[in-house]
Amino acid sequence: MSVTLSISVNGKAAKADIDPRTLLVDFLRTNLGLTGTHVGCDTAQCGACTVLVDGHAIKACNVLAAQAQGKSIVTIEGLAAADGTMHPMQQAFKDCHGLQCGFCTPGMVMSAVDLVARHPGADEKTIRAELDGNLCRCTGYHNIVKAVQQGAAAMAK
Amino acid sequence: MYAVEYQQAKSVADAAALIAKTNGRVLAGGQSLIAAMKLRLAQPGTVIDLAGIPELAAIRKEGGALVIGAMAKHADVASSAEVKGTIPALAALAECIGDRQVRNMGTLGGSIANNDPAADWPAAVLGLDATIVTSKRKIAGGDFFKGMFETALGADEIITAVSFPVPKKAAYAKFRNPASRFALVGVFVAQGADGSVRVAVTGAAPSVFRASGIEAALAKSFTADAAKGVKVDASGLNTDLHGTAAYRAHLVAVMASRAVAEAAG
Amino acid sequence: MGANDAGFIGQSVKRKEDARFLTGAGQYTDDVTMANQTHAYFLRSPHAHAKIRAIDTSKAKAAPGVVAVYTGADLEGVNGLPCGWLITSVDGTPMKEPPHHVLAKGKVRHVGDQLALVIAETIEQAKDAAELIDVDYEVLPAAVNPADALKPGAPQIHDEAPGNKCYTWAIGDKAAVDAAFATAAHVTKIDIVNNRLIPNAIEPRAAVAAYDRAGEAYTLYVTSQNPHVERLLMTAFVLGLPEHKVRVIAPDVGGGFGSKIYLYAEETAMVWASKRVNRPIKWVCERSESFLSDAHGRDHVTHAELALDKDGKFLALRVHTIAAMGAYLSTFASCIPTILYATLLAGQYTTPVIYCEVTASFTNTAPVDAYRGAGRPEATYVVERIVHQAAAEMGIAQDDLRRRNFIRSFPYQTPVALLYDTGGYDATLDEAMKMADVNGFPARKAEAAKRGKLRGIGYATYIEACGIAPSNIAGALGARAGLFEAGEVRVHPTGSVTVFTGSHSHGQGHETTFAQVVATVLGIPVDNVDVVHGDTGRVLFGMGTYGSRSLAVGGTAIMKALDKIVAKGKKIAAHLLEAAEGDIEFKDGKFTVAGTDRSKTFGEVALTAYVPHNYPLDKLEPGLNETAFYDPTNFTFPAGTHICEVEIDPDTGVVHIASFSACDDFGNIINPMIVEGQVHGGVCQGIGQALLENCVYDKDSGQLLTGSYMDYAMPRAGDVPSFKVATKVTPCTHNPLGAKGCGEAGAIGAPAALMNAVLDAMAEAGIKHFDMPATPHRVWQALQAAPSA
Repeated sequence: MSVTLSISVNGKAAKADIDPRTLLVDFLRTNLGLTGTHVGCDTAQCGACTVLVDGHAIKACNVLAAQAQGKSIVTIEGLAAADGTMHPMQQAFKDCHGLQCGFCTPGMVMSAVDLVARHPGADEKTIRAELDGNLCRCTGYHNIVKAVQQGAAAMAK
Repeated sequence: MYAVEYQQAKSVADAAALIAKTNGRVLAGGQSLIAAMKLRLAQPGTVIDLAGIPELAAIRKEGGALVIGAMAKHADVASSAEVKGTIPALAALAECIGDRQVRNMGTLGGSIANNDPAADWPAAVLGLDATIVTSKRKIAGGDFFKGMFETALGADEIITAVSFPVPKKAAYAKFRNPASRFALVGVFVAQGADGSVRVAVTGAAPSVFRASGIEAALAKSFTADAAKGVKVDASGLNTDLHGTAAYRAHLVAVMASRAVAEAAG
Repeated sequence: MGANDAGFIGQSVKRKEDARFLTGAGQYTDDVTMANQTHAYFLRSPHAHAKIRAIDTSKAKAAPGVVAVYTGADLEGVNGLPCGWLITSVDGTPMKEPPHHVLAKGKVRHVGDQLALVIAETIEQAKDAAELIDVDYEVLPAAVNPADALKPGAPQIHDEAPGNKCYTWAIGDKAAVDAAFATAAHVTKIDIVNNRLIPNAIEPRAAVAAYDRAGEAYTLYVTSQNPHVERLLMTAFVLGLPEHKVRVIAPDVGGGFGSKIYLYAEETAMVWASKRVNRPIKWVCERSESFLSDAHGRDHVTHAELALDKDGKFLALRVHTIAAMGAYLSTFASCIPTILYATLLAGQYTTPVIYCEVTASFTNTAPVDAYRGAGRPEATYVVERIVHQAAAEMGIAQDDLRRRNFIRSFPYQTPVALLYDTGGYDATLDEAMKMADVNGFPARKAEAAKRGKLRGIGYATYIEACGIAPSNIAGALGARAGLFEAGEVRVHPTGSVTVFTGSHSHGQGHETTFAQVVATVLGIPVDNVDVVHGDTGRVLFGMGTYGSRSLAVGGTAIMKALDKIVAKGKKIAAHLLEAAEGDIEFKDGKFTVAGTDRSKTFGEVALTAYVPHNYPLDKLEPGLNETAFYDPTNFTFPAGTHICEVEIDPDTGVVHIASFSACDDFGNIINPMIVEGQVHGGVCQGIGQALLENCVYDKDSGQLLTGSYMDYAMPRAGDVPSFKVATKVTPCTHNPLGAKGCGEAGAIGAPAALMNAVLDAMAEAGIKHFDMPATPHRVWQALQAAPSA
């Protein structure tokens, strides 16, 4: 029996009849073609699939799409302004070289946005602790931390 | 993931009826259940989602206790002014569960119903002698955890809330598994309103347990040194890749002493 | 060159590739969806070692949605996966190369060995069907430790390799080393294990294979660091397909670190099957499958001895290493613990004689191959651990003992084959010591002691050989491929440029760095240069990205093509300016008649090449498109000093990294921002090896105990500090960019620096030896067992 899912993704309504076992990440990637949200593990640890659900960062690989019923989702594709101007956190990642291969990046940026919303003035220690749910194999996190700090400052303006 | 049916319960009674009808499993935040289903390690025919029952997420003070709804998310507990003002140790514990994204989905009820031997909440439930409120009855914390991934819950019984007595002092100290971030050893120390001391340990054994030796030492002297001086018996503790029983036994005393320092501080 | 202009060489230009990655517009293999696509799932062995008595796929074939099920028996005419480097044993015999079947035949040899390919309409249907495959196994005992596998009575893994020995190889003058040891005033000995690692690029491997009946051609999208090599090996050695009928595309690739260099069974089976099912097939590796099936790294057991005279001068080094190959020889497995390892054992030192013997063994584990650093971290770890211990034993300061033995005269011929062209080891050591505030260490240690903590400082003065390699030398050493690189510079009529490079980029930022090189040479804006890589249908050829070779080799190929562009441009400009070709100078984007103000811009010349109305058509072809192949004349030799300071909490065994300082010499640097990023990432991986990561197989069952992130500890943001990094420059002498390579240095220097710091801290407790990883549990155990405990 299918589930009729009705959610908002990046400000647009999305409605579909789905197999109940469809994970949110698969719905985003396959049904909506939003392939910016990535899958890097199968134990809900790498965080590459992080999206915002009603403003909170969650791992889209570890929830059923049905669990997001009626909720508002923001993915990496929905972060930039309508005219294409990058979100301050995206810009900060670019400015600080906070990404290399780019695979963990969407999840990392979504986590960073959630982090700054809760800790606008986070120090390095807090940022590092708060990024516990996002693995990066390329950057050694150094420039990610810098990017989050710069992004936080820009978001505060 | 194997095929599964999804149902959203409108009330606790509705959920109980759905379980009875489908022989299904309750879905709380799903942070353990969905993960297990993805790996085909769990195969419920139906999951019954409790997220649509707002009253299950309530957090309120009730007499000498803090009552936290089963569907309260770890992140909500961690940031709750009510919790911070009443039993700050619970907010701190919730804040060190998993990672941010897990805390934004995972729930108190889901955690204790799952009773992962390395989960954090069982330490608080046992350490504070909390009462688990279910759709059918009230269960004392000490009677709830029956062994690894086993609890006193009946098949169609749903946790609705946990009532934590407000202690005089309490703290939780966690030594994280470097890989999983679960507790390699987590120790919840509480000095009750009546002065009695409870020390509950998670991660170290197949199920959460009380460290009676440390409780006795702390009853005499509620100090970090008193806890650290206790030689914890390693028999029955877990040995795995991340630590032998002897290491865990040692860490129990170290983490207990850190929790006491935190509670006293 | 306009060295001070924005975007040119030496500037930290923001990366051109970032916009797509930051907006979710990257195109990774899993993002490729083809019409009518099917999904593949590989059934893998649950046993480390077993005979396959029978496989029954009948129920699976009848399951809903199943398109096809194949096993090894179906792959008639398909060869095994090849190994690209022949190592010859000391007795003159070639290494043992047992067949590496695309789908297992007869036996499975590690947990995760693939034995059936299930293709279905959906991935869940493929998985459901795979559960219906009935395999009758006769389980055999397993050998998982590389040393144990060589012992008498160990389970025999391949009939072709008696005693599980792949080869015993040696380098150096054994007799001279023995003689030097006889004169030594002091001998330091160590036994160390270099722990097995799982690469864990965050993007798991994936592939989409399709067959086009009209063109009788195949297209393969795959997570590869070197699509041309993948195609060559797959078509010529395994499937017997015409190379020109297979297009391999490695689109955006989410990290490699070596693990995506190799030709793997999965994509090979899929290409083969795509014609048979006549539909596109997609496969995405799940992380738990990656743990079982990606090529792993390291896994050495080593005994080493260093002979010193009374003043601490190194007289000789003797090393015996046993290296795991895993169950099968992966693409470059054999050369990693030999050619890329033993040749580095001179380090930065004048050790006059060195002898190293390496025995490679087969084990019932995933194959082992190059992982970031590939042989060089293992060599550095041996050298720097033994030097640390020698200094401690002889009571000589760590920096002092190193300085007493530094190579200072270049070129320098080591006793282990390499010829270092240039270097400046004092400079990087001096700077790193300043950055690490070594002078302040005693006070910090005393302060830590007051808090009950053990504090230590550790050095690694490392060398690496990058830019692999002169093809003729590599060939003489057993390489079965060339190691040049190819580049093409296509100037468009309007003067913008597309560069085609064989150096794939999967995080390294080639699209920016190479564009900077081209922009600088041609005097045009970086934005006018696009870099194309990773597609055999667009790029002329490529040997790929590994061994920190992209800039030194791939970049030089582009430089060579640019030379041709400029030379042709001069001819065109000479014609336009009615001057002699020899009088034309090219600078800052202008062709000028020397000594005059008469000039033509690069854009004018480009346009003329494509609109050749006023053009020397009798002497010159129109167009402005040049290709070049570059085969290096030597390796490059990046070097540097890493210094780590740690604090150990004896209560828990937790090692806290107080600081990490790295001063490296990568030769000339095109983009400092990108280079620093490479160092950060490498150091973090090195810290991972030293502090957290350890691949463990159960020694009896051969089951992988660290099969997910629940048990394999990856470095997270909170596990590492911010790093202090700096560079010194001695330009490489034999490539026009003067570049040496920077991709692996961090992973090479960090493990030794960190472990030497841990050992320095533990020395207070009387501990002289400790193996990686320094996990809390292992550190605590060592402290409990310590002489002074």
